[in-house]
Amino acid sequence: MGKLTFKGGVHPFEGKELTKDKPIKELLPEGDMVFPLSQHIGAPAVPVVAKGDHVLAGQLIAEAGGFISANIHSSVSGTVKAIEPRTLATGGKCNSIVIENDGKYEEVEYVKTKFEDLTCDMIREKVKAAGVVGMGGAGFPANVKITPKNPEAIDYVIVNGAECEPYLTSDYRRLLEEPDKVVTGLKIVLKLFDKAQGVIAIEDNKPEAIAVMEKACAGEDRISVKVMKTKYPQGGERFLISAVTGREINSAMLPADAGCIVHNVDTITSIYFACIEGFPLTKRIITVTGDGVKDPQNFYVYLGMNYRQLLEAAGGAVGEPEKYISGGPMMGFAMYSLDVPVVKGSSSLLVLKKDEVKDLKATACIRCGKCGQACPEHLLPAKLAVLASKGKIEEFEKLDGVECVECGSCSFICPAKRPLAQYIKSMRKQVLANRRKK
Amino acid sequence: MSELFSVSTSPHVRSRQTTSAIMLDVLIALIPASAFGVYNFGLGALVRIIISIAACVAIEAAYEYLMHQEVTVRDLSAAVTGLLIALNVPVSLPIGMLIIGDAFAIVIVKMLFGGLGQNFMNPALGARCFLFISFAKWMTDFATDAYTGATPLAILKGGEEVAELAQPELMDMFLGTTAGTIGETSAIAILIGGIYLLVRKVISPRIPVSYIATFAAFILVFAPGHQFDFMYMLKEICGGGLMLGAFFMATDYVTSPITPNGKIIFGIALGLLTGLFRMFGANAEGVSFAIIFCNLLVPLIEKITVPKSFGKKKPEKEAK
Repeated sequence: MGKLTFKGGVHPFEGKELTKDKPIKELLPEGDMVFPLSQHIGAPAVPVVAKGDHVLAGQLIAEAGGFISANIHSSVSGTVKAIEPRTLATGGKCNSIVIENDGKYEEVEYVKTKFEDLTCDMIREKVKAAGVVGMGGAGFPANVKITPKNPEAIDYVIVNGAECEPYLTSDYRRLLEEPDKVVTGLKIVLKLFDKAQGVIAIEDNKPEAIAVMEKACAGEDRISVKVMKTKYPQGGERFLISAVTGREINSAMLPADAGCIVHNVDTITSIYFACIEGFPLTKRIITVTGDGVKDPQNFYVYLGMNYRQLLEAAGGAVGEPEKYISGGPMMGFAMYSLDVPVVKGSSSLLVLKKDEVKDLKATACIRCGKCGQACPEHLLPAKLAVLASKGKIEEFEKLDGVECVECGSCSFICPAKRPLAQYIKSMRKQVLANRRKK
Repeated sequence: MSELFSVSTSPHVRSRQTTSAIMLDVLIALIPASAFGVYNFGLGALVRIIISIAACVAIEAAYEYLMHQEVTVRDLSAAVTGLLIALNVPVSLPIGMLIIGDAFAIVIVKMLFGGLGQNFMNPALGARCFLFISFAKWMTDFATDAYTGATPLAILKGGEEVAELAQPELMDMFLGTTAGTIGETSAIAILIGGIYLLVRKVISPRIPVSYIATFAAFILVFAPGHQFDFMYMLKEICGGGLMLGAFFMATDYVTSPITPNGKIIFGIALGLLTGLFRMFGANAEGVSFAIIFCNLLVPLIEKITVPKSFGKKKPEKEAK
């Protein structure tokens, strides 16, 4: 079978060895649980509980605040302690529901449904009710994704198992340990789209996962496993679609415009839980890893728990690590504090002994063009960065700077260590903000 | 917890590639051509190579020191310029003139325009042309103990003073046992270095391939009296500064287009101009002037060859 790929990209140090053979361990939370009302793209959720209320695990505590928004459920039983702004892994503050965990884990009653009995409306309703959002990081509400304008036009449902970010192994472990749930989750989404074929896309650095998934979908004539070349950012939605289907989309388009629905591995599993088991999204897998962690692990955790507890559960820090990152090293967020909650999009806590970018000094651009070769969007990052640094917004837009997916490949590859992505990201935000104003 | 961790924007990791590593690769790639130059022309070549590198590094360091700038000679770019200048002069060039050339390249062409990455003209070629114009007599004197003064290209071009001389053999030109500048005579030595750069992905094949192919086609079609003379074409390719220019000068990052299609257009323009200069110009050689001229076209070429960004065309119907 030919390996699929895209043009551009880079090959960072993978670091997956640290946790790829560590089975998923469930971790019970300690202390207060924090549920930010914005764990997704779109309008913040609106609280439906008040201070002092008693809640059960799995109970709705905030409901979607608009069409593009998502429900939020408590992952534990306990008492609502406060609704107040709390710091997130991304550094900003967000109004959050704080619940004092009573440690009893009393649950609401979950309604199970058989796969055969699921209708299209039920699936969409259940996914919406469960508050499932894209768990690869972007956090796009899943029910919106599976409700495209023209369902007839969808001919691919792709499960994104590329996991191209270095260090992360949460999707990999899920594929290995619960392949049937992934396949059933995919089959549920396929029910919505009669003409679509299901594709499970995995990078070729995960041969075990490929073998397991091929076995799991043997006999499923609508589902196939496709092998991708290992290259960052293969897991970027646009590049995954292009590798699988040959179709290209730009920033103004949705995957559905190319006939595709793309879901991350953990998202598709959450869809399975929502539809079959009736569970809302209250748990996820998170990789705690990096050379700054004593005992790197993959944990199955309760949303709302504290990052500090994750680090302690993984044996604590080695010495005094210089950097704590939520997510992968290429697109993750550096955190100034570990007192932040696990949210739906938290894929990893990466702890690095040394902050290798701290002491880097940017030198003159030698116009080697490596950034352009690495850019999966085929942009000219060196030029965009110069335009951004000079505030030349019109020229920036002319060179399609807005198409940037902020993957960071240009900064990664730059031999002069110029922070290209940083320049481009900041101007891109400005352009997008200006467009919203209009 | 009062202490805050350090934060920065993603990505949080970087590749190991550095500017000095790239420059070091270029220096390594020039070893075969330099070594052959020393073999071919003797110790005088080695002396000029060493002095030219040392002079360029020293001049850049001194300039930066005097201008209260950070001294950046450790990026090795000045060393590359120094080596290339030495390879581009005849072995008999007086050392004082060589150093004047070095100073011109570093101070006038490079530093006055803002230093590394800012010059619009290849510094080494700028120096070669400057020396050629200022000290024409010395820059065109290729006579050594081993060779008479005429380069193979001059003989190919013909003229009264070379009419009596035997036509050069292709094999001599390929190996490099001919008269010429220190580093340009051996096509094979340059090719080895060029392949090293291609393998290490320091350069892309776009410029050298389009340059040499266009030049070859031009010679085949337009060479006066030698239309479709393959032997003549091969000699023209191996002769003079073409190989050195195509692999080491035209591919200079700073003064060549960064866009993929721009590189091809650049190569084609170089091939045409070099052919034109060599076949119909006053001199036998035309590479330096062709490259310098095309250096000036780079901003224009880049402007018209901005790559189409991903997903800009309509999605294809089906591509299984």
